Amino acid sequence: MAESSSLDGVLAREWKESFDEIFDGAVDESNPPLKLFKKAYDGAVIATSYAEILLNQAIRRYGPDQKVNYPDTGYYLPVIRALSGEAVEKLGDLPPILNEKRKQIYEELNFNNARLCGEAAAYAAEIIDALRYLNGARPHVEPWTGFLGDPVVRRYGILLVDWTIPGQAVIMGRGKSSEAVGEIIMDLQSKGFMIFLCNQVVEQAIEAGCKLGIDFIAFPTGNFTQIIHAVNYALRAGMSFGGIPPGERENARDYQRRRVRAFVIHLGEIDEVQVAAHFAAIFLGFPVITDQELPEDEQITNWYISHPDYEDMVKVIMEIRGIKIKIVDIPVPITVGPAFEGEVIRKNDMRIEFGGGRTTAFELVEMVGEDEIEDGKIEVIGPELDDVKEGGSLPLGIVVKIFGHKMQQDFEGVLERRMHDFVNYGEGIWHMAQRDTVWMRISKDAAAKGFKIHHFGELVVAKQKDEFPSIVDRVQVTLITDAELVEKELERARTFYSARDERLKGLTDEAVDVFYSCILCQSFAPNHVCIVTPERPGLCGAVSWLDAKAAYEIDTTGPNRPVEKTGLLDEKKGIWESTNEYVYLNSNRTIEECSMYSFMDRPMTSCGCFECIMAIVPEANGVMITTREYGGDTPVGMTFSTLAGSVGGGVQTPGFMGHGRSYVLSKKFISGDGGLGRVVWMPTELKESLGEDLRNRAEEAGLGADFVDKIADETVGSSSEEILPFLEEKGHPALTMESLI
Amino acid sequence: MSDEKKKIDNRRTADLAALSVIDANSSNGQIETSYERFVKMQPQCNFGEQGICCRICLQGPCRITKKASKGICGAHDYTIVARNLIRMMCGGCAAHADHARHMTHVGEMMVQGKAEDYTIMDKDKLYAVADRVGVEREGKNDEEVFEDLVKLAKEDLTRFEGAHEKPFTWLSKSIIEERVNKLEACNIMPRGVFGTIGENIAQTHVGMDADPVNLVFQGLKTSVADFGSEHIATDFSDIIFGTPKPVVSEANLGVLDKDYVNLAVHGHNPILSEMIVRAAREMRADAEKVGAKGIKVSGICCTGNEVLMRQGVPVLTNFTSQELPIMTGALDAMVVDIQCIMPGIRAVAECFHTKIITTSVNVKIPGAYHVDFVEDRADEKAREVINLAISAYKERNPDRINIPQIKHKVVAGFSVEAILNLFSAVNPDTPIKVLTDAIESGELRGVVLLCGCNNLKRIHDNNHLEMAKDLARNNVFMVATGCAAGAYAKAGMMTWEAVEEYAGDGLKAFLGRLNEANKLEEKLPLVFHMGSCVDNSRAYDLMTAMARQWGVDTPKVPYAASAPEAMSEKAVAIGSWCVTLGMPTHVGVYPYITGSDLVNGIALQIADDVYGGYFMWEEDPHKAVEKLLYALDDRTWKMKVHRQAMEKYETESISAGW
Repeated sequence: MAESSSLDGVLAREWKESFDEIFDGAVDESNPPLKLFKKAYDGAVIATSYAEILLNQAIRRYGPDQKVNYPDTGYYLPVIRALSGEAVEKLGDLPPILNEKRKQIYEELNFNNARLCGEAAAYAAEIIDALRYLNGARPHVEPWTGFLGDPVVRRYGILLVDWTIPGQAVIMGRGKSSEAVGEIIMDLQSKGFMIFLCNQVVEQAIEAGCKLGIDFIAFPTGNFTQIIHAVNYALRAGMSFGGIPPGERENARDYQRRRVRAFVIHLGEIDEVQVAAHFAAIFLGFPVITDQELPEDEQITNWYISHPDYEDMVKVIMEIRGIKIKIVDIPVPITVGPAFEGEVIRKNDMRIEFGGGRTTAFELVEMVGEDEIEDGKIEVIGPELDDVKEGGSLPLGIVVKIFGHKMQQDFEGVLERRMHDFVNYGEGIWHMAQRDTVWMRISKDAAAKGFKIHHFGELVVAKQKDEFPSIVDRVQVTLITDAELVEKELERARTFYSARDERLKGLTDEAVDVFYSCILCQSFAPNHVCIVTPERPGLCGAVSWLDAKAAYEIDTTGPNRPVEKTGLLDEKKGIWESTNEYVYLNSNRTIEECSMYSFMDRPMTSCGCFECIMAIVPEANGVMITTREYGGDTPVGMTFSTLAGSVGGGVQTPGFMGHGRSYVLSKKFISGDGGLGRVVWMPTELKESLGEDLRNRAEEAGLGADFVDKIADETVGSSSEEILPFLEEKGHPALTMESLI
Repeated sequence: MSDEKKKIDNRRTADLAALSVIDANSSNGQIETSYERFVKMQPQCNFGEQGICCRICLQGPCRITKKASKGICGAHDYTIVARNLIRMMCGGCAAHADHARHMTHVGEMMVQGKAEDYTIMDKDKLYAVADRVGVEREGKNDEEVFEDLVKLAKEDLTRFEGAHEKPFTWLSKSIIEERVNKLEACNIMPRGVFGTIGENIAQTHVGMDADPVNLVFQGLKTSVADFGSEHIATDFSDIIFGTPKPVVSEANLGVLDKDYVNLAVHGHNPILSEMIVRAAREMRADAEKVGAKGIKVSGICCTGNEVLMRQGVPVLTNFTSQELPIMTGALDAMVVDIQCIMPGIRAVAECFHTKIITTSVNVKIPGAYHVDFVEDRADEKAREVINLAISAYKERNPDRINIPQIKHKVVAGFSVEAILNLFSAVNPDTPIKVLTDAIESGELRGVVLLCGCNNLKRIHDNNHLEMAKDLARNNVFMVATGCAAGAYAKAGMMTWEAVEEYAGDGLKAFLGRLNEANKLEEKLPLVFHMGSCVDNSRAYDLMTAMARQWGVDTPKVPYAASAPEAMSEKAVAIGSWCVTLGMPTHVGVYPYITGSDLVNGIALQIADDVYGGYFMWEEDPHKAVEKLLYALDDRTWKMKVHRQAMEKYETESISAGW
């Protein structure tokens, strides 16, 4: 997942006693920026006074017991939860919290007090905005996001803190023109940044045609105090992935400073409340750059910078924030970056499509010998894009030849699966599924910019070399659009696929001598260790045993290391002396023992990236599974978001565990607790996506193919009372199994 | 600079009639007017100017300096500025509340049968108001509906403050729901008007509120109470005296006729002036007895606007030049009611035969005639006043008569009802769409309300006139009230000729289409006169109608306000509710606010985030127009982008943000 993770980042603290040491020496004491501090003070007075008026009026109108919460979060009001720990649930909880913050607004003007004003303003903004959600209100329409729920934090939070997304750019105010704002945003998107927008830059971005919204990791939060949603997003990332306990103000800030590489770009006029907001950012360790001309004594070196030139504004603030990214220059006429991964191309916006049942399409990565390849060669055999009318289709076979001195046959599948990302990162290109089920589209916009079928090859060549430098030495890509030849090559590709499948079938936990660890996520969840086995993929769904093996080949000092399988302690639950030792030493000596196949006894911990969470349903003597995609309630009375709050962060919670979707189909799926037969509930979404494979697996496990129909889902009910009669009626096996507890 | 321009600069007026009187005065007399007093007053107090002089307790006056950065009690600059400012809003609101109270009082006397000279003149308006404010009409006769309206108004004026009390009904029913919610959420929805005023004064007593935001919010609450009061006043005036319809008249000092008994009505209230206009028409014979051809009534300030709008009475002049008609030697009496009466008129009148007659129990001037106007003997009192004018006519000194022969045609009388009626000739189903469509198509850039006073910090009328010319060129539909309207009337800008001279192609086409559709003989003017300062309520109703048509909150509507020469506390209150209710609001002079960056910052920027309106201080009329155009264009642009977003993202509603 991570492209540039650095374990050093966790260790390299810039301070000893207090986080605030990082600000030492920034201000020239002989000429302090008093005007700036005064504005921060004024802004904090305005923000907290306004919050007080709104809050007490809301209490007058709705009473102190009125529930106050943001939608879809288990972190209460996250700014407050993270920084001072209070679990705010009702309006009456808020006045003492606000009063504490009002108290820290000091009249004496200095840098420290200005930051405290910033913090107070952040609390005020969090309260002001939470009040907008009273009584289930949804104050925004797309593309404006307002508060971003935990599912969005989980979707991108990990990528943010492991630096796959290099940082969080917060742009506020109003730029000199829509075009200028659009250029800044597109520049940031091509670099892969997460972007928050507040105020008129949103309208300017819309006008400039920027791709905005959750799918593009570019969040237009709204106006005014809605800037706080950039902050409560970042602070939740610290709590959920960093395992920072709520209320640990210093640690929360430290995590923000080091892992959430955020910065603020302020365009246009600045008012007092905005200056207070800027100091809230500085308080968390994020610098501010503005296009406004400010005199020397209204700036703070490395923290509050005036830089009127739009041209290199992003470059300057990245330098100040210490963000270095590797830029791969790919000769394609479109922007390439993870922001475009989620982009959907509708039929009406489509220039041409391949596969998806309309035509034959496939992709194949094959390892070849040194002499069978011409490095960098890209060849299109058959018609090009221009030969097809708008909205039409072509067959497509993508054959990628790879030569590398350290390349192995086993890695073909690993490299092939990454094709999806490589192609999808292109703006205006859409890719789905894999092997001979691929479905791809090129948008009209991308075609208008000059994108051709040929350019798929450029993307693949550049990205394969960039991502797998130590195993990929040469790449050659053949793009076949000739109908006859595609069919012929497909036959050949299928022999590869079935050979791989055969080999995977034989790839069991028993058949190998080593498992692999994955401590990729320790960059943000320092105590978590994944052990990846052939039959238990990583809980994120992104790291299989083969992936880990390949990653180890690529970088032997990286996050995936071999873990020997020696000293068997419990065969059923999957516990070895060697795995215990590895986990203990690598979890900062917090997790002493860990089982591979049990969620009830010493289960494996979770970083936060899990695709699914399973939880015990004691009444049914079984287990339920919910997924990141399913937002609704579950029989244990908690949503995915709420469950995630207690499962993540590298702690063992017997009875609860995060896991990958495909693990459900494994023979080792909680085999220590009774296996698949324990599953009493899962959302229809998961049932449908596992489909036939789940039926086959049930049959193979001796549960009968109709077992799937005995598993309850949300159409049956979302509480144990609702599903129990169903389970009884269907004769669900879990009811008669050995007691789980 | 041309000689003419230099003269304007020296004399501090752009009104050529006024200029001619001032010129005559400086060559042959030494009569002191506000123009001279303004010069003598320089330099004005810098601390007062910035709002950082505090004299609300007897320890003071305290003023904020580098050495003494707080008052003796510890009050910050922001507390002092905010307190002073909201006391001004309170003064403005009290004035309009008193006006509304007076109208309601007359209504109550009518109900009791004690004010026989007044009747329900406009039944359609009665019904429309009843429906709007939620007074049930079923099974009631007109008198009973009227009685219920009076009761509601009285309740609204006098209701206690407190969250459990009903909101100010007249206000809450006259604005869109989004605005009501905003006022309630921010705790600035008034319950009763006088309660709010009392609260405001209590809050600014020494040792009370020190929080600038809390103070400003109370000021805004008082200001929206001001809006509600204005609405009560407008509504009752329309019901009792008729809703204005387009009318043609004339304006400026040239309307005085030496052969007639000249009587000027001045102030703000139609209750007396309507009676005078009516009686004067009946007392022609009395005037003829003293050798005059008849009685000519003309108006000053908003009383003038009231009788112009409904009776076509000519406009004599506006605020700053109110002393000058006396100096023509041809004005026999000036009868004043309330507000904006310069005490200086009495001293000027000493040099002439003009009788100054005060009529209100709370407006008296030493040395002036005082006729205690009572509503139960309204006609009798009106006749008493006219008789004073007739008797003064006999004392005229013909040698001193010098009337500048300057006057202009005025096309006025544009209530919202009248405007929509004009629009309905183009679009009978949805008249307001005529305006919103013209903005959407780009024919018009938006609407600007030109309102407010005169202020000698700027050249008299100059900001008004220059701004209207620039706005016209830029195709802005303009409505005007108060002394702003007076300025346009006097300068001939409420005529089709002005359209031809100043309007851009879009505005010309828009007005031309209305002329044609309505088959108007007297064509529409460049600036639409909506009435007196309480009739700013009409101007806001127009904005509300546009917001409803578009289905958006008011901060999205390209509609701005400007008080190019603001002066009175009422202007401070009006400007503040304009902002609170969602308008970008330009003010052509600096209010006493700059002593606090915090309070000034709220006014200029943060108010926009909270309420969707904000202030712009700009003395230069041309720069001011640039700022207003930017504000209008910005709203149009933003609504366009929000619509695009709605389409692109297939959302059910448009973004509620602004």
